[in-house]
Amino acid sequence: MSAADTTTAKVPPTRPSTPPGAGGGAGEGAGGAERPARRRRAGGPAALPWALLAPCLLVLLLVLGYPLARLVTLSFQKFGQPQLWGFQEPEQVGFANFARILGDGEFWAVVVRTVVFAGGAVILTMVLGMLTALLLQRVSGWVKTLVNIALVASWGMPVIVATAIFKWLFDTDYGVLNWLLSRLPGVDMTGHNWFADGPQGLAVIMLLVVWGAVPFVAITLSAGLTQVPKELEEAARLDGAGSWGVFRYVTLPVLKPIIVMLTTLSVIWDMGVFPQVFVMRNGHPEAEFQLLTTYSYDKAFVVNDYGGGSAIALVTVVLLLGVVAVYMRQMLKIGEVE
Amino acid sequence: MSALTKTAAPGRPRRPGRGRLGWNLLGLLVFLTAGFPVYWMLNTAFKPAKDAIDPDPRFFPRTFTVENFARAFEVADFWGPVGRSLAVSLVVVLIGITVGMLAALAISRFAFRGRRVVIVGILAVQMVPLVAMIIPVFLLLNDLGQYDRLTGLIITYLTFVLPFTVWTLRGFIVNIPKELEEAAMVDGCTRTGAFVRVVLPLLAPGMVATSVYGFIQAWNEYLYALMLMSQQNQTATVWLGNFTTKHGTEYAPMMAGATMMAVPIVILFLLVQRKMAAGLTAGAVKG
Repeated sequence: MSAADTTTAKVPPTRPSTPPGAGGGAGEGAGGAERPARRRRAGGPAALPWALLAPCLLVLLLVLGYPLARLVTLSFQKFGQPQLWGFQEPEQVGFANFARILGDGEFWAVVVRTVVFAGGAVILTMVLGMLTALLLQRVSGWVKTLVNIALVASWGMPVIVATAIFKWLFDTDYGVLNWLLSRLPGVDMTGHNWFADGPQGLAVIMLLVVWGAVPFVAITLSAGLTQVPKELEEAARLDGAGSWGVFRYVTLPVLKPIIVMLTTLSVIWDMGVFPQVFVMRNGHPEAEFQLLTTYSYDKAFVVNDYGGGSAIALVTVVLLLGVVAVYMRQMLKIGEVE
Repeated sequence: MSALTKTAAPGRPRRPGRGRLGWNLLGLLVFLTAGFPVYWMLNTAFKPAKDAIDPDPRFFPRTFTVENFARAFEVADFWGPVGRSLAVSLVVVLIGITVGMLAALAISRFAFRGRRVVIVGILAVQMVPLVAMIIPVFLLLNDLGQYDRLTGLIITYLTFVLPFTVWTLRGFIVNIPKELEEAAMVDGCTRTGAFVRVVLPLLAPGMVATSVYGFIQAWNEYLYALMLMSQQNQTATVWLGNFTTKHGTEYAPMMAGATMMAVPIVILFLLVQRKMAAGLTAGAVKG
């Protein structure tokens, strides 16, 4: 029982498997050595693992594989209300949906806005997360506990609840933030509407996203920080490195796998932001609030152009592929070592 | 020297005192900033509705009241959505953990041709943005006659709970030494016997944590619940979302609703958080 606790609660699992510099080479070596042994033990045919996998693969194929394939086919079809109700057969239109969308200036404005929004949110999240993690190393125990409580509470908050709270904090008439800012000398924010224009409103939404995302990054990084060998830091210090030098040349390289993973994940999550915008704008985001996700949703379910909406969704997925590739490489490095 | 630093608890600074005050103040500032939205939710939920719209907001409630909660129940049916969310989340977790466990065993305890492909597949599946899937999923459920049905919602929730479950459980299984199983088998256990008697008990805490986390994921989902269920069959998240859209000005009851939705989840989350930090770095799924 307690043995299981200590072995499974190792935080994070990535650390032991990727010592600095040892990387994939050592991992592959270990894997190669183990493989014959494992195969021998499995003894029988390779059917058993596949039998174990079958239910899972079946479910995923059905609930994910099929819709994914459908997403692709849909984006090449004219598919609207009549097709939905079955009055008309969907018509193959080739690249017409894509041509229409890519030729639309508004689409490109949305793409740029989404990239800026997600990029800003990711950078803010990573920087604040890292600073918080570093800070947690330097504070007294009781402060650490307090910060951890606040972090876990905001991490665990359902997104929809967080959105509701931020809506309240930033309310035009009774929002506590306007009140607080107005306390500052020379500032009068009474009755200020944060959502009157897109950039400012999206900045608030970005803040909401960052508030929810920093805890995961901070807690994971601070777990990672405890694994940075103290000897390395000492050595660097003896060699005359200052705090920044130690961070830059010792801490960062050791944490790199975690940072890559967290960054790629954040990009994927922040490109997929939907409820925050949707609920914040009462279910009808204005044009200047549209991100790729809400834009695709609008095309499909508001204008009833399912083909167009699918094309936008597909473009989003393609945009993310590069990021996903980086994430997968990192995860495979971690996963294959065992 | 190095022996000394090694025995020190990880993360504990080695030079107490010097400069600590400044860091502590900064830490308190972080605590206040990060915690304030949560505090403001609770603060608003428990103060009289008319205090909530006081131009001079009260940071410390003078009077505690639960009238906002009563009002939140009134605004729209509360227990219906909560019951549906509960049912959906529980079934999703049950299916997810059963199916996911088998798959996790396969990829963590067996070397077989195609293992790598399966791992890549399961990881890739996690990366597909839910929003991109909503259109085909909507059409699929529409065709299957599962639109506005809890079963439809359960099926779709498996898309994100299942890959996460597999990947996280894999992490927990890998951490259980194979030698334990082998020893049991030497002592006469069958492979299944060894698993049930040795691995399963050791895995139990990890399974509980994974289940709880999967439950939270399903409970918190908004988009599919919004799109795939009609107003009469809405789940808890949509209930709160609609609260915002239709009764935007009634913030005090809304914060009461938010409190009711969030507090049980945050408590559950606190219980498994430490364990999941391990699973998450490997499993990595969040809204």
